Amino acid sequence: MKTTGEHLLRELAPQVLGAVVRRYGDFAAAEDAVQEALTAAAFQWPRAGVPENPRAWLIHVAARKLTDAIRSEAARRRREAKIVLETPPEETMVPPPDEAPVEGDDTLTLLFMCCHPALSRPSAIALTLRAVGGLTTSEVASAFLVPEATMAQRISRAKQSIKSSGVAFAMPPPGERNESWGAVLHVLYLIFNEGYAASSGKAHQRVDLSGEAIRLARAAHGLLPDNSEASGLLALMLLTDARRAARSGPNGEIVPLDEQDRSLWDKDAIAEGVRLATDAMTRGAAGSYLLQAAIAALHDEAARADDTDWAQIVALYCMLMRMSDNPMIALNHAVAVAMAEGPAKGLALLEKIDRDPRIQGHYRLDAVRAHLLERSGKVAAALPYYEAAAEKTASIPERNYLLLKIARHRSE
Amino acid sequence: MKFMLMMHAPRGNGDYQTNTWKPEEFRAHIQFMKDLNEDLREAGELVGAEGLAPPGQARIVRSYGADRPEVTDGPFAEYKEFLVGYWIVDVESAERAYAIAAKASTAPGPGGKALGIKIEVRQVMSAPPDSL
Repeated sequence: MKTTGEHLLRELAPQVLGAVVRRYGDFAAAEDAVQEALTAAAFQWPRAGVPENPRAWLIHVAARKLTDAIRSEAARRRREAKIVLETPPEETMVPPPDEAPVEGDDTLTLLFMCCHPALSRPSAIALTLRAVGGLTTSEVASAFLVPEATMAQRISRAKQSIKSSGVAFAMPPPGERNESWGAVLHVLYLIFNEGYAASSGKAHQRVDLSGEAIRLARAAHGLLPDNSEASGLLALMLLTDARRAARSGPNGEIVPLDEQDRSLWDKDAIAEGVRLATDAMTRGAAGSYLLQAAIAALHDEAARADDTDWAQIVALYCMLMRMSDNPMIALNHAVAVAMAEGPAKGLALLEKIDRDPRIQGHYRLDAVRAHLLERSGKVAAALPYYEAAAEKTASIPERNYLLLKIARHRSE
Repeated sequence: MKFMLMMHAPRGNGDYQTNTWKPEEFRAHIQFMKDLNEDLREAGELVGAEGLAPPGQARIVRSYGADRPEVTDGPFAEYKEFLVGYWIVDVESAERAYAIAAKASTAPGPGGKALGIKIEVRQVMSAPPDSL
């Protein structure tokens, strides 16, 4: 159970880090100092009460930790770190008035830094969760089921990459901003996906990564409210996560959309997601997150699986296919066509996808073929494809779904 | 993505009889493995790694529930090769896992030559599902 204090700390983390980095410049050291300040607060606040200005308290403590670290580093190297020590820690206690308005910008700048393309995606994910999400190393480690030492190393590696590639604590130049923003959204999307894997498996003790991803996507959307991809990503997450309670069965297997108990869906999340997607759709050109959100909205709005507006979903997949040549989208399009116009049409589309080397041997191609054959009434023909899919997937809930499906057909 | 890298050694191949190696050859081998593990740890990729005791000490245990479990002492003559150790790594791509395996495979043996150890790479089932 998360306490209010924990929520507050995670909210404040990027603001505090932004303030400390702007003051002292050294991102890697500042990030460590902010972690220490957050740990100190997590220990002290529940006992001594939350200070009147928690943000200023954290900046003050982080600045002191940073100064201490620099001082001992300086002593170790037998040299003076003059510039930093010139600022007495007392002065950092209350942020100057000019800091407040740039809070949002700081979080945005941090997101750009942590998701920089110079980092590997696992590094970017880990650093984003810690530096922007305010999670501790041990929380990030347990979320990904890796040892804490390994995660600490991954984070410190990420910071080294930032340093060595010369990424400054500054907004990317306007010409690169779109691409950088795409990288930020992609990292948040990957975090959400990881959460999706965890929540349908075991390990209930793990940090709720989907929830963290939604929180970060909400922050991203708040920073750039007119950016339709940020709205789209937040909407997509909300509309997907809304089905969480309904999407896994008693054996941890996936429950497919058409078999889910829709009364378990989170209506508030759906309403928010639909509103976000609808608003963004009227703002101009839709990107891929927004289109995916629109598809998720059409599923979520159908009271029964049979009410799903498949024709509209086909149209949205056609738009996605025009935007990117991705065999996974083509595969989803084939499913939608099968639902709208009959399985034979869908199976015909698979013939072309079969020849795409990028998806050859992927379990989902077999799973979709099995599914469409089954819908055509050819259960015997479907079974070998279900088996092939069950053998190839790297997801346990997916495999359990496929194996249960095979077992049910065999015992019929 | 997590992968398990399983290191297999063939039975009866002279190069793998570590008790016939010279001390410096053995030391170089141990150092190679230590360095590899340290590199993986520093890269933030190491989830776990262990070496296993020789198959002579192995037991195979089976039970069908009712009777006492059946315990067979090793070494098992029918096995042509056996597992000598494993790594679990958390990496960005399958290609990276293969690269780590390739590196591990070059661990030095007699004369400092790469052993070309057979490494089986298997994905750990922890991927997110695609909804159907």
